[in-house]
Amino acid sequence: MKPAPFEYFAPETAEEALALLAEYGMDARPLAGGQSLVPLINMRMAQPAVLVDLNHCCELAYLREEEKMLVSGPMTRQRELEISNTVRAHCPLIAEAVPHMGHATIRNRGTVGGSLSHADPSAELPGVAVALDAEMVADGPNGRRTVPATEFFLAELTTALEPDEVLREIRFPKAPSGSRAAFAEVGSHFGGLALVGVAARVDLDSAGRCAAVALAAIGAGERPARLSSAETVLMGEVLGEQVIAEASEAAVIDVDPLADLHATAHWRRRAVVAMTARALREIADGGEGVAEVRR
Amino acid sequence: MTARRDVRVTVNGRAYTRNVEPRMLLVDFLRHECGLTGTHVGCAHGVCGACTILLDDVSIRSCLAFAVQAEGKEITTVEGLADGESPNALQRAFHENHALQCGYCTPGFLMSLTEFLRETPDPNEAQIRERLSGNLCRCTGYANIVRAVRAAARRPRDEDCAP
Repeated sequence: MKPAPFEYFAPETAEEALALLAEYGMDARPLAGGQSLVPLINMRMAQPAVLVDLNHCCELAYLREEEKMLVSGPMTRQRELEISNTVRAHCPLIAEAVPHMGHATIRNRGTVGGSLSHADPSAELPGVAVALDAEMVADGPNGRRTVPATEFFLAELTTALEPDEVLREIRFPKAPSGSRAAFAEVGSHFGGLALVGVAARVDLDSAGRCAAVALAAIGAGERPARLSSAETVLMGEVLGEQVIAEASEAAVIDVDPLADLHATAHWRRRAVVAMTARALREIADGGEGVAEVRR
Repeated sequence: MTARRDVRVTVNGRAYTRNVEPRMLLVDFLRHECGLTGTHVGCAHGVCGACTILLDDVSIRSCLAFAVQAEGKEITTVEGLADGESPNALQRAFHENHALQCGYCTPGFLMSLTEFLRETPDPNEAQIRERLSGNLCRCTGYANIVRAVRAAARRPRDEDCAP
C-alpha cells in the first residue's frame, strides 16, 4: 500500500509549527523521525490530511546538561543519546536502553520526542521516562506546561498532549553518585519489537543497601507501568537472590497485560517477573550491561 | 489539496529535480523518478531494511521518509558503491563469500554496512551481528554475510568501503 494524499508543511521554527498545528487541529499530525508514524501512514492505518514536518526546526534538536537535569529537545535523534558521553555519565539507564531501541538505522532517524509522543506500549523510551520520573514539557497555544512522565502516558498511542500541543522538551533527572541502571528485554530478535522489558535504576548506599529504587515495565499493559510494589520490597535491602526473587514476584501486582498476537497475558506477566529479576541481578553483579555513575 | 513540490536532490553525485506529490516515499522517488532500481522495497514499513540508503552520509530506511524531506540533500544508493564496473571492497567480499542468494535484501545490507564499517573499521563478531539485526535476509542464514563483513574489514585502506 501507499500513503493517502496529504498536505505537507516544513516549518523552520517551533512557533510556525505550533501555528500550523493550531490551524489544522485534529486534521494535522506533527512528523518527527517518522519511524513509527510513517509505517502507519504507509499502511493507511493513519491518514492525516496535513503533515507538519518538524525536521527543519533546528531549535528542537539539542541535548543539554543542567545542574540537576539532562535536558533533551524533542527532535534530538536517538542516535545522539547513543553516542553522548553526557547521557552515559548522568542518565545511565537511557544509555542501557538505547541499544534496544530499534536498529542503528532506525535510531539515526528516530527522535526522543517522537518515541515518547507516539506512546507505543512496547517502546523503550516511555518506560525509561517513567522509571526516571522525567518531566515532559508540552507547548501549545495556551503556553507551556509540565507533565510528570507517570501522568503523560494515558493509554496505547495516547498521551496527555492535546491535539494542538507538541512535546517541547524532556527533562531527565540526573542520577546521583553510586546509582546503577540496567535494562532487560525479551523479544523475537535483538532490536526487534519488544515483548516485555524492564527498566531498573537503583541507588545503593555505602553499605550496599537500596536507598532509592525505580522500576518500570514496558509491553505489559496499555502504558508503561511503574512497579511500585517491587520497589517497596527492595527499599533498604541488600540486593541478594532472595530479595530479588521476592521483588520480581511482586512486580506482577502493578502490571495488567493484555493478550495479543505475540503473547498471552499470562506469558507477559511471567516475562515481567523474569525481566525484573534479570535487571536486578545485573545491577547486583555490577557486571556487563550495567552502567554506574561514578564521580 | 496536495500541491506537488519540486524536489532537488543529488544522488550518487548526479543532480535530479522532479515535481512530486508529498506522499511519494523516498524509495519510490529513487526507483520511479530517478530510475535507480537498485534500492528495493521489501516490507514498506521499516522492518526489513531492504530500502536502506545514505542520506547526507547517514543510513536511513527510504520507505520511512517522503521524497519531499530529501530536498537539497545528498543521497547514496547501492548504484553509487562501485567504481564504474568494478565492485568496491564490500561488494567483492559479498561476492567472494557467497553472502547473497536471491539478492533482494543485498542493497540494504550493503548500504547499512557501508556506514557501519566507516564508523567501526575493525568490528568484532558481536558488533557485526548486532548491526545485521536491522536487515532481514531469508536465504543465507547470515553466516556468510558475517564472513563477508569480516573479509571487507580486513582489506587494506586503499580498498576502503566508503563510496
